[in-house]
Amino acid sequence: MTEQTRIASTFSVLKEAGHLAFMPFITAGDPDMAATLSVIRELGDRGVDLIEVGFPYSDPIADGPVIQASYTRALDKGLHVNDIFDGVRSLPTEELPPLVAMASYALLFRRGVEEFVKQAVESGFAGFIIPDLPADEAGDVGKVVQSHGADLIQLISPMTPKDRATEILKAASGFVYCISVAGTTGVRDDLPPELTEQLNWLRTQTDVPLAVGFGIKGPEQVDILRDAADGVIVGSAIVRMMAGLGTSPEGDATALAEIGTFAESMVQATRKK
Amino acid sequence: MSIDTASQKATSQVPDVSGRFGEFGRRFVPETLMHALEELTREYERAQQDPEFLAELDKLLSTFVGRPNPLYFAERLTEHCGGARIYLKREDLNHTGAHKINNTMGQVLLTRRMGKKRVIAETGAGQHGVATAVACARFGLNCVVYMGEEDIRRQKLNVFNMRMMGAEVRGVSSGSKTLRDAINEAMRDWMSTVEHTHYIIGSVVGPHPFPMMVRDFQAIIGREARRQCLEAETRLPDEVIACVGGGSNSAGMFYPFVDDETVALTGVEAGGRGPAPGDHASTLTYGHKGVLHGSYSYVLQDEDGQTQDVHSISAGLDYPGVGPEHSYWKDTGRVNYVSVTDDEALAALQTMAKLEGILPAIESSHAIAHAFKAAKQRSKDEIIVVCLSGRGDKDVYEVARLLGQDLD
Ligand SMILES: Cc1ncc(COP(=O)(O)O)c(C=O)c1O
Repeated sequence: MTEQTRIASTFSVLKEAGHLAFMPFITAGDPDMAATLSVIRELGDRGVDLIEVGFPYSDPIADGPVIQASYTRALDKGLHVNDIFDGVRSLPTEELPPLVAMASYALLFRRGVEEFVKQAVESGFAGFIIPDLPADEAGDVGKVVQSHGADLIQLISPMTPKDRATEILKAASGFVYCISVAGTTGVRDDLPPELTEQLNWLRTQTDVPLAVGFGIKGPEQVDILRDAADGVIVGSAIVRMMAGLGTSPEGDATALAEIGTFAESMVQATRKK
Repeated sequence: MSIDTASQKATSQVPDVSGRFGEFGRRFVPETLMHALEELTREYERAQQDPEFLAELDKLLSTFVGRPNPLYFAERLTEHCGGARIYLKREDLNHTGAHKINNTMGQVLLTRRMGKKRVIAETGAGQHGVATAVACARFGLNCVVYMGEEDIRRQKLNVFNMRMMGAEVRGVSSGSKTLRDAINEAMRDWMSTVEHTHYIIGSVVGPHPFPMMVRDFQAIIGREARRQCLEAETRLPDEVIACVGGGSNSAGMFYPFVDDETVALTGVEAGGRGPAPGDHASTLTYGHKGVLHGSYSYVLQDEDGQTQDVHSISAGLDYPGVGPEHSYWKDTGRVNYVSVTDDEALAALQTMAKLEGILPAIESSHAIAHAFKAAKQRSKDEIIVVCLSGRGDKDVYEVARLLGQDLD
C-alpha cells in the first residue's frame, strides 16, 4: 500500500511539527447520539487529533467502572450499533479528526466482520480498536480492515513479553495502543516507571507511532511521555464529564464546555514545547 | 481440515493447541491476559505429565473430597417411571456438596505450582465459591469470590459458608447481578492482578486453557461412572444425562463416554418460564454463535451481539453462555441438548426427595426432570445414568419461598 491511511498521515503531520497526538475517547450514545455528535464537534473545534468512539457493549471486561457504567447507560436507553453508524454518517467526517471505532469483537462477529467494517468505514470511521481480539486471532480481521483502507490498531500491554510484542508489531498499522498499566481503563495517579522503558524498547522495534492509554488523567502526565510516545489517549476522565450531559440544557452546556476546556488543555500540553 | 481427516478423528481429540474445539473456543481476551493464559497452559501441560502432581491430586480427591462417590441405583424412582433403570452419580456426596470441588482441587494445586498466593473466583449458586474457599483454606491462600447481588440473596447459606472459610465475598451489582456479571468482575480483577493471582474459573467457559482444564479435572465424574456402570451392569449405559449451566458437570460426565458411540448423551438446559427471550437460560437450544467471556461458543445475545438477560430459578444455570466444547458437541450431533422448565425442575426435586430420600440441588433437578421423561421412553432393560451434580441444602430457603413457605 503506497497511499497513507488517514490515521498514518495524521501522525506524520504531527511528527513533522514535533507534536504529540491527543486522542480523547468518548462513549457513543451516552446519554444519546445527539449528545455524542455535539461532543465530537466540540472536540474537533478544540483541535484534538483523533477521536476514539466506544461502542457500548454489555460485557466489557477490559473496562473499569466509569466506562462500564456509561456503556450500561447507553444500552439501557436502547442504543443500537446502527444508531452509531447513522449518527457518524451525518457528520462531515472529512473535516473532523479521524474517528476510530472501539468495539468488542462480539459486536463485529455478530454482524459479520466484513459487514461491520464496511458499514463503519462507509459511515466515516478510519480505524478500529478491538480490545478483546488479540493479535493471534486478528489476522483475518486485519485483512478486511486493510481492504477498506482503514487501520486495525494493535495493543501492547505491560504484561506482553518482548518476543510476543515483536510478533504483534508485524501487524501494526496506524498506531500502536500501548496500555500503560496492567488492568482496566480508569484514571490513575501515577504512570509506572517501567512504561518509559517499554516505550523506548518498542521505539527500537517499529516505526509505527506509539500511543499511550489507560489511566491518563490530564496534562500533568504528558511531559513524562513526551520523549517516549507519539500520542496520549484519555478515556475515563472525559467519559466522567460526559455523565453531566442530557440532564438539562444548562447541564449540557456546562458539560460540553468542561469537556472542551479539558480537551484544549490536553491539546496545548501535547504541542511542541 | 478436510472432511476425511475430521471424520477419522475421535470426537474426544479436542481442543487443538490454540484451544479450538472444532471452530469453537480459542481466546478472545485483552492483550493483558494473553501472556498469563499462555503460561497457565504450559504449566497445566507440565502438571499433567508430572506423576507427583497427579498423585497429590488423587490423594486429595480420595482423602479430602471423598472420592470415589457411589453410582447409586435409584430403585423407587425407576419403579415410579416404569421404564429404564435409573442410576445416580452421587456428586452430591462430595465434600462441599457438589462436583465443583473436583475442579478447585486441581486448580488450587496448579496455583501453588505457579507460586501464586492469591485466588479469585466467580460464583453463581455459590457452590463453586464454597469449593474455592475450601480449597484456599486448606492450602492457606488468600481468596476473593465475586458473586452477583441477586445470587447473594438466593444463596445466602453459601455466602455464610464462604465467609466461614475465610474468603472475602464481593457483591456485584452491575448488569443482571448474576453469574455473568460476577465473571466480568473477576476478569477485571484478574486484569490488574494477574502477576500474583490465579483465577479459578468454575466451569468449562472462558479462554483457552480453561475449558479444557476444567473438563479434564471434572472428567473424573465420567471415568468413575463408566467403570461403576460396567461393574454393576457389565455394560455401558444407554443414555447419560446431566444439567448444563456453564457446562462443567456435564462435560466431566460426558467426556469419558464421547467415543462410546452406543451411549446417548443428553445435556439439560434451564428452560425457565418458557422460550421467550429473557425467560430462560437455554443457550444451546436458542442461542447464536458468538463471543462471550473470552471464548467463541453459543451465546444468548441480541442482533447486535449484546448479551441478553436470562432467567432460571437455579442460580447455577442462570448463565447466557456455555462452554465451547458443548457447542462443538451440539454441532457435531454427539450430544443432544434439551430444556426443562422451572416448574418441572421444582417438581422433580420434590419427587426425588420423597421417593429416594435425597434432596438434590435445583440445578441437578433439571437433569432429573428430564431423566423421568427419558426413562419412560425406554424399556426396563435399558440403563440411564444421571449426574446428580449437587445436593439441595443450599436451596432450602429458595425452594421454601417458591413453595410459599417461610423458614425465617
Ligand atoms: C450443583 C450444581 N450443578 C450444576 C451447576 C452448573 O454448572 P455446570 O454446568 O458448570 O456444571 C452448578 C453451578 O453452580 C451447581 O452448583
